[in-house]
Amino acid sequence: MQPEVTTMPALEVTVLVSVGRHPLTGRARRADQDARGVELARSLTDAEVRLLHAGERDVSSDAALRGYLGMGFTELSLLEQPEGADVLPALAEILDETSPQLVITGERAERGEGSGLLPYLLAERLGWPLVSGLAAVESVEDGVATLLQALPRGQRRRLKVRLPAIVTVDNAAPTPRQSAYGPARRGTFETTAGPVSDDEEWAAWQVQPARQRPKRLKIVKAASARDRFKAAAAKAEGGGGQVLTDVTPEQGAEAILTLLREEDVLR
Amino acid sequence: MSDLPRRDPRQEWIARNRLHPRHAEVLLAAGQGAASEWQGPNGLVRRNPHAIGFVGPNGVKRIDRSGTQQGAGGGGATTPAAERKPLVEIEAPAFLVAVVPDMAGGRLSGHDRDLLGLARQLADADPVARGAVVAVIFGPHKETSFAEAGVDRLLHLDSPDVAGYAPEARLGALTLVEEAWAPRHWLLPDSKLGGGELGRRLAVRLGERPATSVWQVAADTEAVMGWQCTARGAAGSLDIRRPLSRVALALAECAEPVSETRHAAAELALPQPLPSTLSRIQDLGQVSVDPSGVALSEAEFILSAGNGVKDWPGFHHAAEVLGATEGASRVAVDDGFMARDRQVGATGTWVTARVYVAVGISGAIQHLQGIQTCDKVVAINMDPGCDMIKRADLAVIGDATQILEALVTLVAQAREEKRDAA
Repeated sequence: MQPEVTTMPALEVTVLVSVGRHPLTGRARRADQDARGVELARSLTDAEVRLLHAGERDVSSDAALRGYLGMGFTELSLLEQPEGADVLPALAEILDETSPQLVITGERAERGEGSGLLPYLLAERLGWPLVSGLAAVESVEDGVATLLQALPRGQRRRLKVRLPAIVTVDNAAPTPRQSAYGPARRGTFETTAGPVSDDEEWAAWQVQPARQRPKRLKIVKAASARDRFKAAAAKAEGGGGQVLTDVTPEQGAEAILTLLREEDVLR
Repeated sequence: MSDLPRRDPRQEWIARNRLHPRHAEVLLAAGQGAASEWQGPNGLVRRNPHAIGFVGPNGVKRIDRSGTQQGAGGGGATTPAAERKPLVEIEAPAFLVAVVPDMAGGRLSGHDRDLLGLARQLADADPVARGAVVAVIFGPHKETSFAEAGVDRLLHLDSPDVAGYAPEARLGALTLVEEAWAPRHWLLPDSKLGGGELGRRLAVRLGERPATSVWQVAADTEAVMGWQCTARGAAGSLDIRRPLSRVALALAECAEPVSETRHAAAELALPQPLPSTLSRIQDLGQVSVDPSGVALSEAEFILSAGNGVKDWPGFHHAAEVLGATEGASRVAVDDGFMARDRQVGATGTWVTARVYVAVGISGAIQHLQGIQTCDKVVAINMDPGCDMIKRADLAVIGDATQILEALVTLVAQAREEKRDAA
């Protein structure tokens, strides 16, 4: 039997933050989902939150990273990496060393390839479970976290996962607080050098600003002229729907209920 | 006896020759009556304009072109459209293309169909050595049109382990598929419905660098797999042209869905049973969310009210009991019964619900435009001739207030029974 612990050890949380890109101006900013991740970590009780960034350090990224410091932090760990490098080995090494209980990341980066693979690669490398698309962390008790996962169409799913774990944050997570200017200026970067590995494949790919995707044309494959005309002129029709006339309200309700059950929308 | 149709050239010749004395007799024997349309010897469709139509009450010949009346026994006209498509069977595929569709709501979504279209493109590129498309689906489903969607082989894994949110168990199953058949391509939808997550897990497990957010694929002999793809990167602000990797996660509209052929969709089974994995993530099930808090444009189940609703408290109560998001037609909003942000239609919100229940809405064209993408539409209306009834998959003609009341009673009853049983 373990002796009763009177003071709970603080939950160690590391948030991986990146430099974002403003969708309109293209300027460097704090990445939206990462900022939500920081906000999520801030909302945990008894948590010791640490910010970690791996990447190049220059004037614009400096300003963007200070945006995270302005959310109430005094320092940010920075793994300096050249531009276009693969940050995975460096991150895996430092996470292995510091072994936090919970690692929070955004779903995908706003710069570079933005494939959203990093959390999965980290999870596989560290052997930790991964939960994607989080809306909230409900509680952390005895090394087990109860999480709320965001599903499409505004739905939520409750999950339990044993720590240590990596979680990614969905856009449904609480909006990040505003970055305060003073703390952002006062905060410091704790720079460490990590292993550097080049990403050769990325360098070989051809990258250009996104062009608009062609709109899909409505192709009517009709055998006869009459069908083609009908397709061009017709109003939207379900065609062949079931119509119940002269039924009692109960029978009608029964039919509707059967359909709702088939579609599995009743909870 | 063999099922092969035997041709009798002489009979066919007589059937073609309207001036032959035995013409009518032969046509009758062929079960065509007076044929209005038949296939000529060269495969050309011949028409007999004299055979169509009927003699009206005044002795005048009438031709009804609305499609309801065909020239007696039009041959192929009675077979459903799906069966008229040529069936493509690939007995010994040169390679496999594995597709893991999302199957949201137990059916193939538009995204899944696009993905299957892309898979067909990859499989059929070389007409000499054609590949087969394998669809791997998890859990129970309601889909019946796998064949029309372009699936050659169907691997249906329906064990309780892989139901619900079980990414680790599903990954284990896909690893077994990889070991058993080693597909040349793995295609998954890059969606929030699970495909994006599963695809990334699979790629990491297989040690592949996947192409994510792919929206265009083109043949390229210089690339490793023979294909070049265009993918979105950096939050959709970059286009990355790169060789297609083994695992690809594609966006919606990445290819045209299959429309002209039918495929075998033969059942496939794993050579060994699924391993029982100890999941580190425990699924506690979906949480009930407040339906009124869900944005109308992304709500799954909408109960919408129109001019035909008289009992407004009853309507709100029904929406609450059913757990549906409330919507309204323009009339209901203009009359002040519902808020402006609840208006469905071209001037309001374009909704994407799976089930849309229109209560007392006759279906103005603007409203029907707004519900174009809804899967199932249920109409409750007094007027059997309105446009909403034509659009609806299920229409109940009657008083909306009474039907809603009956529905609420039924649902409450079912819940009560469930609680008693538990």
